Formats: sequence, structure tokens, C-alpha cells
Amino acid sequence: MNIDYYKELSLDVRFTEGLTGCLHCGTCTAICPAAEFYNYDPRIIAETVQTRDSDKIRELLSGNTIWYCGECMSCKTRCPRNNAPGLLIMALRALSVRTGLFTESEKGRQQLVMKRTMGEWILKYGYCLYREEMTLEDHPEQGPTWEWQNANLDKLFNRFGVTYRGSEPGPLRKIPQEALDELKRIFDVTGASDLFDFIEEQSGKKAAEMGLDFNKKLDCAYVNQIYNLDSGIHTKE
Amino acid sequence: MKIEGKKRLWQEYQKEIATDKFFFVRSCVRQNFFPAAEQIFLRILRDTLGKSVYENPGHTTCTGIGYHCDVVPFNTTMTVVARQFALMTEAGCENLAVSCITSFGLYTEIIETWHHFPEIEEKTREYLRKATGREFNIPRNLAHASDIVYKLRNDIAAKAPHRLVNKITGQPLRVVEHIGCHYSKMFPHKGIGGAEYPYVLTGLVEALGGEIVDYPERRHCCGFGFRQYVVRANRGYSLSCSKKKFDSMEPYKPDLIITNCPGCPYFLDRWQYVVSEMEGKTYGENGHGIPVFTYEELAGLVLGYDPWDLGLQTHQVSAEPLMVKMGIPFDPEKKYLGRNGENFGRPSKPNFLKIDMDGINKEPLVLTN
Repeated sequence: MNIDYYKELSLDVRFTEGLTGCLHCGTCTAICPAAEFYNYDPRIIAETVQTRDSDKIRELLSGNTIWYCGECMSCKTRCPRNNAPGLLIMALRALSVRTGLFTESEKGRQQLVMKRTMGEWILKYGYCLYREEMTLEDHPEQGPTWEWQNANLDKLFNRFGVTYRGSEPGPLRKIPQEALDELKRIFDVTGASDLFDFIEEQSGKKAAEMGLDFNKKLDCAYVNQIYNLDSGIHTKE
Repeated sequence: MKIEGKKRLWQEYQKEIATDKFFFVRSCVRQNFFPAAEQIFLRILRDTLGKSVYENPGHTTCTGIGYHCDVVPFNTTMTVVARQFALMTEAGCENLAVSCITSFGLYTEIIETWHHFPEIEEKTREYLRKATGREFNIPRNLAHASDIVYKLRNDIAAKAPHRLVNKITGQPLRVVEHIGCHYSKMFPHKGIGGAEYPYVLTGLVEALGGEIVDYPERRHCCGFGFRQYVVRANRGYSLSCSKKKFDSMEPYKPDLIITNCPGCPYFLDRWQYVVSEMEGKTYGENGHGIPVFTYEELAGLVLGYDPWDLGLQTHQVSAEPLMVKMGIPFDPEKKYLGRNGENFGRPSKPNFLKIDMDGINKEPLVLTN
């Protein structure tokens, strides 16, 4: 199957809106936080997709580079031609996931973590983040205050006049089951549920290829590797 | 001339902000990390300023973090947002008050997308109908919670017993304002003051008597970067961005940082703790950090709310040095107590970063009741 990756990208409104003609001035690269930290250059992203060369775009979709951006969109503000490399990145990443090419790179493979954490938390809890799923061991940056808070969640929320996981409006209320059911149906009809299954399937194939244990849990060898591994090739000296 | 130029530029970036009858949608990050902040926003609006704010407990995440982690497709996110709009419409409201900057940026992006591509709006309506049977109107007024506090800043200042002034020296407090990237970097005309000179927090700080610090990395991202924080292997990106900002603001000796984004106060608070643990380095006075506030926490503080009602005990960087400086009465002993005075222990102390009243020589004014 010979896919025209440029044509596929052009179907994404974020791609067509994000590229209005790059003049390679490099302003985006100067302002980009990711370019300072990673071996990353948003100007080259714009330059590459602008060539319309399907093979070069396929290389981007299979590599680490497109996963370095933090989507802060600082590039959008400063571009003198109103391009948005950050939007191009979003379209490239969506296509990389949709075509399964995300499993070809160390950073791309991390998409399984996104699916198994916030992707599933959205449907289970109705929140993108859920504090009970975030351990201090995994998030030592939370500091001693987090440990104290987590040991006393009911009392702490009560201190602020709300019920933790209560039914009334308030922070971290228990989202009603009917609302979660609606979210699930939205994910089903808009293709997110199928995409989640596809991410699992492609990741499972990659795990087999890499000889790593793969199961539905968060602590299998494959997930541990993609979550923790930094091969050291991504950042500047 | 320079100031006049800025003021002229700001005038080009004004927007209409509703002043009453809001439908409120919450932030995932704020609810998890700073659960008191949204409650204070509501108390200030409802109790102090007499505004009407409606909430439906069945509203959910907008999926924004999942969208920007590139795992939730745009069609899905648009339909979840359309459901929030439907709940607003069903409540008879037209003014959406958004607690989160990621959500605010996303709602703006979606409404703009629908404006330019009506067929995408129609498709989203079909998805929502099919999944939930709901219909919706687009909000007549879309405002971030910090926009609303900005709009009402003079009313807040008029009722506030405290000012952003150092009571000991009589000088204005030096304030770093940090604007969440998605507030206006994508759509500068949707933010007060645009993206280069956003005025939304500066206006509040000026109304409360403080002085803004202009430092080189003022517009740099806090470093959330979505997947760059969520995945452990990438987390150095996030820390490095915040550290770059701390190092850049340090020579200007700020008394406090104010932010309008859910993630930024979290990162600017917690990464100060991490830098202290990693390098023994602290950025505030006497071994403390620079306290980090949201707009409503700061508004609550000057309005005379009990600081422990504001949730300042959930910050890793302590606010005590600032409160002492401002002459705000508070009882340090009540910081970690429950609503009815019950004791449920206290957090352990970091290795380097000083917290609570440690290292502060001046006694606070103690609240007696």
C-alpha cells in the first residue's frame, strides 16, 4: 500500500491552518522551549512538510523528532507568516498514531502510556488526571505536602467545605455514572475507542518484536520501558 | 513613550467579559492539586461580589490534557466540549466561566474552528446528538476565570483591607506574573492585552497596589509540555523550563509569583522544591521559596479570607514570609488543622527548602477567633 502522507496530513484542519507558507526565518526555533532542551528545530518541521515529500513525512512520522514539542504554541504567536509549527506537530502526531508508525520510535511508543493513564482515567473518573492514581514514588516532585494530603483527603476536602468524591458540585466530586456513560458513547461514535484499541494492538505487536512482556497492566515490561527509558540521544550536550 | 506604546497596544487587545450569570466549568489540575482555589473563586464571586454562578456536577473533563497528549482525537474533544455547552444551554446560561487555561484555549480553538469550518460544527452536532441526544448553543461570552477577576478587580480592590504593599518598608510588593501559554499565544485577540503584553494579571496586581517585575524569561512556558511531564522519561524538560524561569527572575527579588493557569502554579511551586532537593538552591528569602499564587488566592488574601481557607497549606512553597510582610493576620498553628480544629498531623519538612514559619524572625499578627 502506497500512502501519500502529505495528502493524509492535508485532511487535518490543524495542518492546513498551521501552514500558510514558511519562509524559514527560524523565529519559531528561537522562541521554542523544546528546541532549547531537545535536538529539535520546529523550522525544519515546517520546511519538511512544505516539501510535500511523502517519504520525508513518513520519516518524521516514524522518528522521535515530532514527539519533542510541548505544544505550548509560543511559535504561533511569533511567526511573522502566521504559521503554527505546534499545530503541524499535532497533525503529524495524530497521523503517526493513526498509521501505527508511532511504535517505530522511542518517544512515539510512549503513546501507550497516554492511553493507559489519562485516556482510561477520562472514561473511568471523568477527569484527565486523578490524584489517587499518582503515587509519590512515581512523582517525588509532589513533595512532603502530597503525602500529607493523600493520607487525609476526606478531612482536607472537608477543611475547604466540600466532600471528597461527593455528589454535589465541587472539586473532585464523583462524576455521575450517566455522565461517564455519555463520555463513553462520545468516545465510541467519534472514533476514540477504536483508536485506543488500535494503540493497544500496535503496541502489543511492537512488544513482541522487542521481546518484552506485554499485558493489560501498567507495570508490564513494555510499559515500564517506554515510561522510563531515556536512551540519551534526545537532548543537547 | 515606552509605557504609552504598551498602553496603546493593550487597547487593541480588549475583549468583552460578562459580569454575572455564569455557568462554571472546572479544571482537572486545579481540582486535584489545589482543590480550594476554585471554591475561593466561587466564594469571591457569590459571597463577596453577589454574582450568580451555576454549576452542574455532571460536567466532566474537557479532555484537554488528553488532546494535547495526542491520544484523544480532535473530533472526540470537540464533542465532549459540545456536551459542556449543552449543559450550559440546558441551564439557561450564555456566559461560560472557564477555570482552566488549557480548556479556555481549547474552547477558543474549537469555536474558531467552527466559525471558519461550519461543516465541522455540524459534524460535531451530529456526534453529540447520536451519543447523548443533546443540543447546544455556543456561549455568547467565553471568559477565563482570571478574565472575570480582572474585570472585577476594582470592586475587589475597593473591598480589600490589604494591599500588595510591604508593610515594613511601605514599598509595593514585587510581583512576577506568569500567564498560561494557552491563554493567548494561539489567539492573541482572545486575551486581555494579547500575547506579548498580556494585561490580565498585571491589571489585577496594579489595582491591588503591587509592582510588576519585567524579567527576561517572563513569557517562557512553565514547562508542563503535556507528554513532557506525564511520562517520567521526559520530565527533565518540564523541570528545566521552570528552572530557567527561576534563574531569570531571581536577580529581581520577587516577593511572589501570580499565575492564571492550573498547571503553572503547580510546576512553579513543586519544581522550586525539587531544585532545592537536587541542588540545595532556594529562590526566596531566608531559605524559603518564592510563594506562588493563583489570581483568586491572591484576591482572597487581600480580601481578608483566612489563608488556610484559601488552601495555601497545600502549596509546597510556604506563603508565610509574604503574609508577614503584608501584615496579614493569621494563625500559624492552625495551618494543618481540620475544619473543626482536629489534628491530622503535618507534612514532613523538606531537606533544604524552609517551610511554615521556619527562619522568619518577625511574629505574625495572630487571628484570635
